[in-house]
Amino acid sequence: MEQIFFVLLSVLILGAALMVVTTRNLLHSALWLIAAFFGIAGIFILLHAEFLAVVQVLIYIGAISILIIFAIMLTRRIMDPQQPRFNSQWGLAGGFAALLFVGLAAVVTRVAWPVATGVPPADAIQQLGADFVGVYAVPFEVASVLLVTAMIGAIIIARERE
Amino acid sequence: MEYISNFFVNLGNSWTSLLSSFLPTWAVTLVNYLVVAILLVLMPVIATLTLTVMERKVIARIQNRVGPNRVGPWGIFQAIPDAIKLLTKEDIVPQNADKPVFNIAPLVIFIGAALLWTVIPFGRGVIGQDLNIGVLYLVAIGSISTISVIMAGWSSNNKFALIGAFRIVAQLLSYEIPMVLAMGAVVLLVGTMKMGEIVELQAIPFALVLPVAFVTYILAAAAETGRAPFDLVEADSEIVAGYFVEYSGLKFGWFYIAEYGNLLAVSAIATTLFLGGWRGPLAGIVPALGPLYFIAKSVLIVFLLMWIRGTWPRFRIDQMLGLAWKVLVPLGLFNFLWIAAMIKLPVHILLQWALVLVGNVAAAVVALTLMGRAAKRYAAQRGVAVA
Amino acid sequence: MQSQYLFVAIFFLIALAVPIIGLTLAWAIRPKKPNSAKAATYECGMETIGDTWVQFKAQYYLYALVFVVFDVEVAFIFPWAVAYHKLGLFALVEMVIFVAILLGGLLYAWRKGALEWR
Repeated sequence: MEQIFFVLLSVLILGAALMVVTTRNLLHSALWLIAAFFGIAGIFILLHAEFLAVVQVLIYIGAISILIIFAIMLTRRIMDPQQPRFNSQWGLAGGFAALLFVGLAAVVTRVAWPVATGVPPADAIQQLGADFVGVYAVPFEVASVLLVTAMIGAIIIARERE
Repeated sequence: MEYISNFFVNLGNSWTSLLSSFLPTWAVTLVNYLVVAILLVLMPVIATLTLTVMERKVIARIQNRVGPNRVGPWGIFQAIPDAIKLLTKEDIVPQNADKPVFNIAPLVIFIGAALLWTVIPFGRGVIGQDLNIGVLYLVAIGSISTISVIMAGWSSNNKFALIGAFRIVAQLLSYEIPMVLAMGAVVLLVGTMKMGEIVELQAIPFALVLPVAFVTYILAAAAETGRAPFDLVEADSEIVAGYFVEYSGLKFGWFYIAEYGNLLAVSAIATTLFLGGWRGPLAGIVPALGPLYFIAKSVLIVFLLMWIRGTWPRFRIDQMLGLAWKVLVPLGLFNFLWIAAMIKLPVHILLQWALVLVGNVAAAVVALTLMGRAAKRYAAQRGVAVA
Repeated sequence: MQSQYLFVAIFFLIALAVPIIGLTLAWAIRPKKPNSAKAATYECGMETIGDTWVQFKAQYYLYALVFVVFDVEVAFIFPWAVAYHKLGLFALVEMVIFVAILLGGLLYAWRKGALEWR
């Protein structure tokens, strides 16, 4: 049963990702990306990670996609975002992409990944919260510094135009 | 007695065992899910049919007129001719509009309005699914409708639609954080995100413990659903219906249904988180009272929102966004930390909650004073006399 | 837990089906007489002036950016909030530091006028 869902979700994600890079209209690319994000949220649920699935929808679809769409609109004539699909360097880029794919496939299939057995406990989120202030306290604080740095940096860059 | 106190759950179990006698388990689950899903999907539609009439009558009375009164006694069936009108109007798609995106936008916004109803508890055990991450799920679904606004505004190939879409997205984004912080305050107070449990743990309605969070939530919810006084981006005199100006017929209808569905949903959420949901006197003993209290409280909040719409003047967009970021977000974060601090005090839980209330009121007083001073400064700058 | 999300998936499909059915029904019932005047873009009853092109202000982008930062902050806050009752005083201190840093960022944005609407 899980296999069927996994196959369906994979088809959705891969299909959407393919459309992201091949469609001409930039806004359509962004929308296909959103479809891919939904698929990824589904995969998280298959992996019993419901919190991550919801955070995926909340942050990637609710915030980052909007940021991407706004960025598209900032840089183009909005009403006519047609892009040429291939430019002169596509051969070289395609070669490197294929090389990367082969390398990643080799790593993914040959490494003996530690696989968790069993189902996460029902209070997984509580344990996650406890870990935030326990084991992962420093990354937790560093995350906030990182966020503020990103915000300050973007504000400086955007304001410089004025 | 035991049967009665968990009445709906037991009823559900009896129904399930009845079905199991002639269907395999997976089919039983599927049938149950389908039935519940169909019932819940109809909630936005029911909301539209009833609340549109209620709104028109309430606003009319506030404006000293009568409102629709021809169709049915006191005009209560007004929604039916409206629906027929929307169904039979010609569907005009503007030339050069982005057809696939234009057609999908109403679907996405309706899905966003419908999926909210999964986690809203109508009674003890009467809930679509009591998800572990119920509150966060609500926030996530709410953020999907922002995407559909951009889709609608963009694909219409219309300057006004696009400008309207940008402004309303800025508004939606700005008010999402105060809304989430208000909900987070409740989650912090009880330590769970499950909506059903939050109602069970509300011996005292949380509006009395967290008035600031309650008020923030109501304001943010009004802004999220695009209602007055936050409706600058879709007011007819300002920007001609904003992002859905090019839609006609039933496609516009779905935007309309989503709006009223969202209105009822945020009222229901406010009831669950702040007013005790289905709790009330004798709700444990007489099972039908639970949903009745729930509906009554939700309608009360809806009425409150309609009342605000009819009486308050519209905010300007910079005032609106300034209010969100400069007042509501710091207030929400301060409230959050205050609750966290109070919970760690080694005193009885009711005393903790009382201290939380004191902190809330103090924060509200400080915030209002600062806002008053800022308003006076602003008025002095512009040479306007302020009372 | 996963069966709960199966319900959500089924709900999603039904929520997708309902407007499609409704729109199909409406398509069958309504008149279809397109003409060029009707299909023209709406501009308060006049012909459109100039290209449909709008200058996108950087202001919108800044709002979205600050929103992303605070959205991620919220995603961090929720698990902490759920686990808070069982944790010690240290949890409070950590969250105060976390929120203080982010409030500092908000203050910076405020001072630099990133939150103004121009």
